[in-house]
Amino acid sequence: MISSINALLVVVLLLNLYLLGTSRIRALIHGAAIQGILLGCMPLLFYERFAPLPIVIALATLVLKGSVIPGMLLKALRDAQIKREVEPLIGLVPTMLLGALGTGASIAFATRLSLAPEHAETLVVPAAFSTVLTGFLLLTSRIKAISQVIGYLILENGIFIFGMLLLEAMPFVVELGVLLDLFVGIFVVSIIIHHISREFASLDTRRLTSLKE
Amino acid sequence: MSLELTLGACGACALSGVFGFLSARRSPLGQTAAAAVMVIASAAGMVGALAAVIDGTTTTAAVRGVLPDWPFQVRLDPLSGFFLAPIFLLGIVGPVYGLGYWRQADHVRTGRRLGLCYGLLVAGLALVALSADGATFLFAWEIMALSAFFLVATEDHEREARYAGWVYLIAAHVGTLLLFALFAILRAATGSFELRRLAPEEAGLGLQTVIFLLAFAGFGLKAGMMPLHFWLPGAHASAPSHVSAILSAIVLKIGIYGLIRTSMLLPDLSIACGLLVLVSGVASAVFGVAFALGQHDLKRLLAYHSIENIGIILMGLGLAIVGAATRRSEWLVLGLSGCLLHVWNHCLFKALLFLAAGSVVHATHTREIDELGGLAKRMPLTAAMFAIGAAAICGLPPLNGFASEFLVYLGLFHAATDDSAAFSGVALAAPALALVGTLAVACFVKEFGAVFLGAPRAAHAAAAIEAPWSMIAPMALLAALCAAIGLCPLIVFPCLDGVLATWPGFSGPRLAELAPYPSMIALGAALVLAAGVGVLYVHRRSARARRAAVVTWDCGYLLPRATMQYTSSSFAAQLVGLYRWILRPRIQRAPPAGVFPGRSQFASHVPDVVLDGVLSPIWYRFKSRLAVLRVLQHGRVQRYIVYILVALCGLLLSLVPVMDLARKLVGK
Repeated sequence: MISSINALLVVVLLLNLYLLGTSRIRALIHGAAIQGILLGCMPLLFYERFAPLPIVIALATLVLKGSVIPGMLLKALRDAQIKREVEPLIGLVPTMLLGALGTGASIAFATRLSLAPEHAETLVVPAAFSTVLTGFLLLTSRIKAISQVIGYLILENGIFIFGMLLLEAMPFVVELGVLLDLFVGIFVVSIIIHHISREFASLDTRRLTSLKE
Repeated sequence: MSLELTLGACGACALSGVFGFLSARRSPLGQTAAAAVMVIASAAGMVGALAAVIDGTTTTAAVRGVLPDWPFQVRLDPLSGFFLAPIFLLGIVGPVYGLGYWRQADHVRTGRRLGLCYGLLVAGLALVALSADGATFLFAWEIMALSAFFLVATEDHEREARYAGWVYLIAAHVGTLLLFALFAILRAATGSFELRRLAPEEAGLGLQTVIFLLAFAGFGLKAGMMPLHFWLPGAHASAPSHVSAILSAIVLKIGIYGLIRTSMLLPDLSIACGLLVLVSGVASAVFGVAFALGQHDLKRLLAYHSIENIGIILMGLGLAIVGAATRRSEWLVLGLSGCLLHVWNHCLFKALLFLAAGSVVHATHTREIDELGGLAKRMPLTAAMFAIGAAAICGLPPLNGFASEFLVYLGLFHAATDDSAAFSGVALAAPALALVGTLAVACFVKEFGAVFLGAPRAAHAAAAIEAPWSMIAPMALLAALCAAIGLCPLIVFPCLDGVLATWPGFSGPRLAELAPYPSMIALGAALVLAAGVGVLYVHRRSARARRAAVVTWDCGYLLPRATMQYTSSSFAAQLVGLYRWILRPRIQRAPPAGVFPGRSQFASHVPDVVLDGVLSPIWYRFKSRLAVLRVLQHGRVQRYIVYILVALCGLLLSLVPVMDLARKLVGK
């Protein structure tokens, strides 16, 4: 079981690097969707025995992270008629290197934490740290509002991976919290996108500085 | 049963505006539905609250499911019931009044938000009064504070309303911060969040004093006592009038509730605490009415009167605390019942006055007293309601303001005849109370005279028409209650006795043994009779006399004009002059000069001494010093996220034992 979880998490980590390295927004959305699908499978692997709750959570995650939200984003992409992140604040290669460094650092950091023995063997904690960091990197380096939304999504994915650790202990609260956060995040940012493109005829978040006092 | 009723009412009020909030912008349906829900729920809640007060029962429960894994501890006892009754009363009159005053069709942008927040505010207030542990209290307190903020800033397209909203929000959060400290200390002392009476060994006298002072500052900020009142005039003036009514009638009182509740928790309240409350009560009352005299904004003036009345309430409470500390049960009985009854009374007449002022604003679209005049002929019902409210707030018999101020007077007179000379000094508050009453009469003569009598000073006052029935009916209800309590204070004595019985260790006389209620009723009846006879006499005479249409204000001029009438500032000029040392009026004048004088002008304004005189200058100095830090606020989302990332990495790094690593390296 641990090996299959770790295999999944390695793919998640690779996807992180892929997301940091691509400039095409469509590829970014696809990557996030694949990551969402992988995360949707994880609750099933964490629960040894059959139980309804992980199935519900897995289904909800698959539907939300795997299809609904990417679908919304693809629609926004079509409406906004943009294809690429043209001029990121930090270049693609530097962010990818930073992401790789961050992954290494989070693995090193996770070994210093005093984790429960059943969690220490898996890659859950380092993968969670690394994914959160990826989300932050996307958020800080990209300019287009859609890339920012994906940054938030990846950030939430990281928190979701953390939530896996608590799935047995306090399942319902954590999962509800995660899904709600996600929903709110998307909600808020789609409003932002809508408003930016209507007010400024562009999806460039740098234009938001004109809202500054 | 009572507790279930009040809790149900609380929940229904909270949800009442949701349907309206989600319905179409121009549809009046949502507002009507919200008002109907509010009226039914509040009436049910009021029944439950009053039943608890009169029966003197205490019921507790835990409400689960609002927050996961965190049950709300609630308790309905006579004290909370006593404050719940007026909360639910405003839950009835406010939305009904809003149907005419703030019609959804006229206020497309703001109406739905106002409906939602009004229900939430009533629910938050009720939950504050019901909460039995500190965490629930703070949760409810925040609901109340935030919904009140959105209500104050309803007209956020206007600069004045935005400013008032921000000042309110800052004041509310400073108060909440103090309450966090208060409840943290209480939890440290008792070991749980439950609000129960401390045992003397749990907290020393010093700690108890700290707790009381924190409560005094935190709740005093909400109650708007001087000099912590600075948020109040702007918020009350800028909010829609039924919001001003609930702010003044209830939100301020919830501060008083907190103060009474905290006083009941502490086993050895010192005399000094009582004297502190008494003295700040006197200061609030005197300066509140003095500032009211200088105002020329219809609602700002009423707002300063709220400060005055909070002062009277605090005087009663201070007397009660001194009485409890020195084991003088007469002081406790009269002071506390004066305080409590004035809470109810002020709620009734101040809500009435704000609603009447609102109907003036609704008809004329201005709050400037000096642009009004002659409205009694155009809006006779509103004028009558305002007159009843004004007489009640001035403490004139036979209305309810007299009934409660009389109890405070009686308590102070007991202090005057006390054996110990040191404590008879407390009685010095009595002449202060008399002074406040006199100034209040002067102030309301000014306001009523300038707004309702004389001739209209501007076209919009001349074009005013009477308010619709949905606005008159709530006022009539409040006026009837004012008259009922004033004419027969006996009807509220069971409620007051019910609350008094819950004061810890209380075994004093009943209120009816101390207050000469038969003579109060007789006096009231005689006054009503005399007034009735007088009105009848004047009516019959004027029916016989011939009527001639003449100008109201002639003054011997050839061509009298409406601007020659006494204005609000000229009427109050002498009294404002007497209090110039504190009011600091700003006067700009260009008097007529020469044989053929050109344009001349005069303007006077009394700014708030605390907000405009002290806090604003400090704030602006502070702001200019900190301008360097504005570099950090550049508006780039990406860099804001970097701040978060840096903070996060910093926190994670703090887990790494850097010093140990360094030592190891050095050791090697």
